[in-house]
Amino acid sequence: MAEPILELRNVTRTFGGVRATDDVSLAFMPGEIVGLIGPNGAGKTTLVNLISGFLPVSSGEIRYEGRSIVRQAPHQIARAGIARTFQIVQPFAQMTVLENVMAGSIFAGALGLKAARAKAVEALEFVRLAPFMDMPASELALANRKRLELAKSLAMNPRVLMLDEVNAGLNSSEITEALGMIRAIAERGITIIVIEHLIRVVAELAERAVVLHHGAVLSEGPVDSVLKDPRVVEAYLGNRFARRFAG
Amino acid sequence: MILDRTFLLKIAVGLALFALAAFSAFSLDNYQLQVGTSLAMLAVLCYAWNLVGGYMGYPSLATITFFGIGAYTDGIVQNLDQAIGVAWLAAAIAGAAIALLLGAALLRLKGHYFAIGTIATLEVAREIANNWDALTGGAIGLNIPIQMGSPEFVGRFFFLVMLALAVAAFLVTVVVDRTRFGFGLRCIRQNEQAASMVGIDVVRYKVAAFVLSGALSAAAGGVYASMVAYIEPKDAFNLVKTIEIPVMVMLGGMGTIFGPLIGSAFYVVLNEFVWANFINWHSGILGLIIVGVIYFLPGGVLGTRWPSAKGRMPMRARAAQPRTTA
Amino acid sequence: MLGQYLVNGLLTGGLYACLAVGFALVWGVLNVVNMLHGSMVILGAYVCIIGVQQFGVPLYVAAPLACIALFAFGYAVQRGLINRVVAQPILITLTLTFGLDLIVNNLLLYFVGATPRSLITNFGAVDLFGVRAPVVRIGGMLVAITLTLLLYWLLHHSKLGRAIIAVRMDRHAAALMGIRIPQIYALTFGIGALMAGAAGCAMALIYPTAPMMSGVFLGKAFIICVLGGLGSVPGAIVGGLVLGIAEGAGSLAFGPQWATTVGFVLMMAVIILLPSGLAGRKGFE
Repeated sequence: MAEPILELRNVTRTFGGVRATDDVSLAFMPGEIVGLIGPNGAGKTTLVNLISGFLPVSSGEIRYEGRSIVRQAPHQIARAGIARTFQIVQPFAQMTVLENVMAGSIFAGALGLKAARAKAVEALEFVRLAPFMDMPASELALANRKRLELAKSLAMNPRVLMLDEVNAGLNSSEITEALGMIRAIAERGITIIVIEHLIRVVAELAERAVVLHHGAVLSEGPVDSVLKDPRVVEAYLGNRFARRFAG
Repeated sequence: MILDRTFLLKIAVGLALFALAAFSAFSLDNYQLQVGTSLAMLAVLCYAWNLVGGYMGYPSLATITFFGIGAYTDGIVQNLDQAIGVAWLAAAIAGAAIALLLGAALLRLKGHYFAIGTIATLEVAREIANNWDALTGGAIGLNIPIQMGSPEFVGRFFFLVMLALAVAAFLVTVVVDRTRFGFGLRCIRQNEQAASMVGIDVVRYKVAAFVLSGALSAAAGGVYASMVAYIEPKDAFNLVKTIEIPVMVMLGGMGTIFGPLIGSAFYVVLNEFVWANFINWHSGILGLIIVGVIYFLPGGVLGTRWPSAKGRMPMRARAAQPRTTA
Repeated sequence: MLGQYLVNGLLTGGLYACLAVGFALVWGVLNVVNMLHGSMVILGAYVCIIGVQQFGVPLYVAAPLACIALFAFGYAVQRGLINRVVAQPILITLTLTFGLDLIVNNLLLYFVGATPRSLITNFGAVDLFGVRAPVVRIGGMLVAITLTLLLYWLLHHSKLGRAIIAVRMDRHAAALMGIRIPQIYALTFGIGALMAGAAGCAMALIYPTAPMMSGVFLGKAFIICVLGGLGSVPGAIVGGLVLGIAEGAGSLAFGPQWATTVGFVLMMAVIILLPSGLAGRKGFE
């Protein structure tokens, strides 16, 4: 079996006594798509923040390509190849769409400005935003802003890509399109962690799912079996729905 | 660096302006030289502020702290019988070093706290200059050896030196504007969190901009001190000046390569032709100008859409939209 | 000796609290660093001084009148000018209030001159914990502290006060609840100006004041707010007392000329080490 590209060992993060992440141990293989699901407040975004170095861990270890990254700053982790998108999209509002994506290829991709530009154009073509290249990022509609986040992350040349609610707020056909893009990214050998609210997305996309509940791993395994796990159904949908689901 | 044709043209225009100023030095009278020198000095300070306040979006009010530190360093070093060039170099280095120390601490703050923290540096520096008699001469001030030569020669000399410094500040801005450093600063201005997530070393970039700004301001302070040959705390560390500088840049246009020059030129013209005639209303008129700039030129001269042929005049240009919701 | 400095520190600290509380309120609620605050203190002092000395109005009438005048002034400035840019970045509001400060200060200088004036009255002195303290200073401090506490009480027990606090916590939610934000901003700025005026009147009783001292008062307000934490009334009281005592201790330790420096150094230290202030209030950005 291959070495995991990203590994969490007993990762815990507390906020004033509350365990937002509780002893989480996970491993991610190169090129796989993993769904990270759980009800609101389960600690999904906290986990993303811990991996990307935006929050320090309280205890435990995060290893990337065999080395611990818990003491690294966010920009170092980003340059090392772990990219993320934000649940609430965060474009550089006064820059053009192209400049936004170039930010990714210049700094994390460590390219000169010319090469960075080419790389950014390529990423924009991939997410089909090339026609909007010279528009200020603030003028994009929501679906396109989500794609911009995706293009920016891609331009960073990542090996691991964490997509935080990248489909939230999109309509059905927009989601279908986004799923196609995510699959195509995974085919490049990039590990994708899809943080999702919508079960449909995970079911269609991921081979494997991890369910977080109250900061801890509740269930983990192939998507089908995880989704049938009665504990998951109860945690995710609540008691009332669990009963209806069952009968 | 990405250099398109328009940008190269802009650089050429800028350099031509400076060259013109340098050649005219030999036909200007003493008064004109004096005005030109203070214009060049303000331009340096505005360019220095623009790096931190304009490109990076941090409302620094420490420009004059570094200016004053440069002035005192120059005075102290010259009084140790060192050459004037050594004193200026020492001034720039002192400015950079203190900016490094202060920046590491202050740049963790944002918005009001950063602004007030930077004002505090000015107050502390002035108090130290006031009270550390042995080093600074205290409130009495510090005398600095006068440059030898005729008034014309000395006036021309300092004008050219200050102009050279302004050219340097302009070129630094040009480079910053077009390289990854400036690109990173602009990202930081818009969203610091997103900036670190695309791999920008936010802390290092911010400190680097602050140090660059501090060195330029201090160098201007050093040359100024040698020129006036006498400095005192309330002149070297002047609160009004430290707020005037951002106002000038706002007047010209923040985060642009010509904004600081236009703003400071406009300001000097006002100073010479308007205030000179209303000596008792100096600060009141300055206040009116500040209020006027904020309401009528919120994006500065360069960021404002001027009335077009069709006579439309949008009062608020896009460039004036809030960059940080502090 | 130590007792003298401590008592002096406490007496000054009470005045400082009153001086800073309006500044703190404006900062906390409007998110505006009001550079005009120092000149408003002077303005209050001079309305009072002129009322007493030129028009023969008794002090107990002139001082409240000065406060009311300052309230009206503050309300008008906020309503007419600052409200229009209140949502802009801090550089804009800070420079705007600085510009207004230059105008007000210049006008003051023109009309009242640069010579310090005061209402210094001698009501004698009393023994306070074995230290002689002038009655007028005790009175000034008591009035200042009473007003500050009164403001605190009003904020928590009046409809307007609740509205101000609601706006401070979340202006969007407050707007949804039907609170008229611009009106609350204007009233808050008015109250801030009123407190500045009150501090000015108290100052006029104790020290000679002149227009050029506005920067000193503004500096004190800065320090006190940072020491006490972002814009809270109890913070201003804590910060005021701490600064008063620290300045006293500073003069004792290093000589009186270092008193001001001690305040600013303390402020720098707090800003860098404890960004939420000595009172430990969180929630600044």
